[in-house]
Amino acid sequence: MAMTQERAIGSPVLRKEDPELLTGQATFIDNMTLPGMAWMAMVRPPFVHAKIDSIETSDAASMPGVIGVYTAADLEGEWGGPLPFVWPITEDIKVPVHWPLTKDKIRFNGDAVAVVVAETRAQAKDAAEAVTVKATRLPAVTDMEEAMKDEVVIHEDLGTNVVVHWSHGGAGDQGVFDTAPVIVKERYHQPRLIPNAIEPRGCLAMSIPAQGEFTLWSATQIPHVVKVTLSGTCNIAESKLRIIAPDVGGGFGSKLNVYAEEALSLVLARRTGRPIKWIEERTENYVATTHGRGVTHDVTVAATEEGKILGFKVEELADMGAYFQLLTPGIPELGGWVYMGPYDTQSYWFEFRGIVTNATPTDAYRGAGRPEATYVLERAVDALARRLAKDPAELRRLNLHAPFSEATAFSSGLSVDSGNYEPALDRALELADYHQFRKEQQARRESGDVKQIGIGLSTYIEMCGLAPSQILGALRYAAGGWDGATIECLPTGKVIVKTGTSPHGQGHVTSWAQIVSDGLGVPVDDIEVLHGDTAITPLGMDTYGSRSVAVGGVALHFAMEKIKAKARTIAAHELEVSEDDVEWADGAFRVKGAPDKAKTIPEIAFSAWHAHALPGGVEPHLNGTAVYDPPNFTWPAGTHICVSEVDTETGAVEILNYVAVDDCGVVINPQIVEGQIHGGVAQGIAEALYEEALYDEGGNLITSSMTQYLVPSAMEIPSMTLDRTETPSTTNPLGVKGIGEAGTIAAPPAVINSVIDALSHLGVTEVGKPATPERVWRAIQRAKGGAA
Amino acid sequence: MTRIEVTVNGVRRDAEVEPRQLLVYFLRETVGLTGTNVGCDTSSCGACTVLLDGESVKSCTLLAVQSDGREVTTIEGMASDGEFHPLQEAFHRNHGLQCGYCTPGMIMAAASFLHENPTPTEEQVREALEGNLCRCTGYQNIVKSILDAAGQMSGVKA
Repeated sequence: MAMTQERAIGSPVLRKEDPELLTGQATFIDNMTLPGMAWMAMVRPPFVHAKIDSIETSDAASMPGVIGVYTAADLEGEWGGPLPFVWPITEDIKVPVHWPLTKDKIRFNGDAVAVVVAETRAQAKDAAEAVTVKATRLPAVTDMEEAMKDEVVIHEDLGTNVVVHWSHGGAGDQGVFDTAPVIVKERYHQPRLIPNAIEPRGCLAMSIPAQGEFTLWSATQIPHVVKVTLSGTCNIAESKLRIIAPDVGGGFGSKLNVYAEEALSLVLARRTGRPIKWIEERTENYVATTHGRGVTHDVTVAATEEGKILGFKVEELADMGAYFQLLTPGIPELGGWVYMGPYDTQSYWFEFRGIVTNATPTDAYRGAGRPEATYVLERAVDALARRLAKDPAELRRLNLHAPFSEATAFSSGLSVDSGNYEPALDRALELADYHQFRKEQQARRESGDVKQIGIGLSTYIEMCGLAPSQILGALRYAAGGWDGATIECLPTGKVIVKTGTSPHGQGHVTSWAQIVSDGLGVPVDDIEVLHGDTAITPLGMDTYGSRSVAVGGVALHFAMEKIKAKARTIAAHELEVSEDDVEWADGAFRVKGAPDKAKTIPEIAFSAWHAHALPGGVEPHLNGTAVYDPPNFTWPAGTHICVSEVDTETGAVEILNYVAVDDCGVVINPQIVEGQIHGGVAQGIAEALYEEALYDEGGNLITSSMTQYLVPSAMEIPSMTLDRTETPSTTNPLGVKGIGEAGTIAAPPAVINSVIDALSHLGVTEVGKPATPERVWRAIQRAKGGAA
Repeated sequence: MTRIEVTVNGVRRDAEVEPRQLLVYFLRETVGLTGTNVGCDTSSCGACTVLLDGESVKSCTLLAVQSDGREVTTIEGMASDGEFHPLQEAFHRNHGLQCGYCTPGMIMAAASFLHENPTPTEEQVREALEGNLCRCTGYQNIVKSILDAAGQMSGVKA
């Protein structure tokens, strides 16, 4: 019976979720059909900011196949309340009321005024185009500083567009921001981004009217949150509402929300008695699905002449868009806890103002507040290095926090679980061939080469594993941050794992099986992981904020502890020894000193199932449920280095080398972790060089489709070199920290710093984001004193 | 309605289609093969890529009637006798997919490309994928998968 089990944790197990995705057998939302199903289409008239005078629906209603056309007035009685907003971050925050269909005014490009239900997709879409909306245009504001003047107030009942002011800090001597020997002040703008999950949103609602029961399938990251919130919005008992996230084609924060279409499909299923399906089109996605970023920061760095950073002071303006979606003002707040980075600083100040504009609501986009913060810090550190004429790598080294293996308070006031930052910096410098590139840079500067070389660094820290419920409560977030796991050991030796996380590409089915394989001594192939269905996995808080392994994964550990406590009792009983004489070793309970006398979990599960001879007081069936509330966040960190070549005549930027050395604590599956970093870095490079949502003066989205908004292809994204350091988290027994967002957090400043570094000898200190050839060229011309 | 005859994954299909119906919706809704995904409405993302007479096309840029009398291969036609196509195998081995939504299009584009160029360089693979967008992988493992498959298919060890 004795056997040595190979550890599954840490090995690159090939993904269990791949076969259906590789063969076209996946269940994405648009692949689903129900008998009697009707289609929904949204009416989004071509206005940005306008007072609605009339909505004429009769032409549309008489078109072929149309079942009904509904305006806000038609659905008045259906709602228990407006769309959910769950993070009122201050007591005096002004919350724009947000109904699934707007009643009086159109406030942004995507604001829907009516909805059509028809027999087919095409009929619904045709009829939506036949709805005539007469409205009086109002001046539109999409620029935050214009909006702050309140010359145009978007929600009259709020009286202002400046709807929230949140400040945090005061740690350390605040005087240093005026009196320090070296003070660097910078202003950075980070434009709006469009998340672009390749699968657009979509949903399918079904009701059983006689029972008052509803099921909603939705391309969402957060089925559990959708259930709790929409039960209120749609007046459905939570116990009668089931939400299922089928296979979901990427999210990146854009599906971490509760949207009007989900609510409308439920109430229209109730109204019509038909299953209702809605699938978003891409151009619709660009206006109706949340955007990310859209922030401007003023940062002050206080430092000594030697380059020791005393503190960062940050004031931010954050574009909320026309309404709050689920978390909108919470995103800059989340970033508000990391404006010290991995640096050992004393003084801390952060505040932001949230500004309503006539644009698509903003919300989480991969990294959610932390990329914005890291961009500001890492740009500012480079600005300080230029001021002091110091090597940016050495300036960072001087300021990195010393290693610590127990939770340690940082200047933002939160306690960081563990950190050892310098080895990642050293390794990244080595992999990037830093000193060689510095020599090459010098040579090209001296020869006046048209193509100049720049090296950009980013030493980052993240706050992941969202989140300790007590802290969320203190931050006025409406929910907790725990997650659940139920593990069932079946009599045939197979194991079912029910997780509260809701993956959409992250590979939880495989990684969770690895964790359970090691914990229970069962092969990965015998473990089935179920997720994303509130009826099957009712205990969950879903997937976002690099939380899944650090919360949901750890919940597995505690569920297994319960299973093993029971299994030990059964094993000792069957082995006819006392429980103290049984130990868990090599994947089984074994008699101490006689390891061949053993019981495996599958054997014990069979005994627990037939229950013929269980010890007294032991219930049949071997299963365990745990709900884990993390005692702290987890704090991954690392160093990314980008080496770029900039053509000083055209402004074109080419990345020559990209190195990422990340520390996400203990790694469950290195292949999946690398994939997360690749994808995150690619999105970060996209943010730095290509992507930007642009509005015209009338508030219309100019970058309104994939032909105008530059999602990069394989031609634009370079091959990357990755490595890791491993500093186990002290927050949880698995030592895991999370890796979903690291790349997106670290990459934008590394890339922009590299572009500026290539041109700094010409006097360039800013190129703007994204650093398009035109922007870079203009920056060079400005520095030369020429026309730009 | 217009009558068309199309061979899809080796099976002849006769159907009446609306003249405005796109090939991708013919495949998904009329034939019932939902493996081919739709990711945009501007022929930008390539999620809907299929083979038409062996060559990759974005099935959202063609009308169903344009496939009349021709052969279409979709992702469902790639595996045979329960065995992955070498491209499917390579994507699995190299973690060339995450959410999987762009994957069918990537694999079909790669199949067409490797037919034209069985021994490509990394640069050539990247160029060939220019019309297929992925938001999850950063392309690195997709490129690696295609190079690996090329090696396997041409009998050279990757």
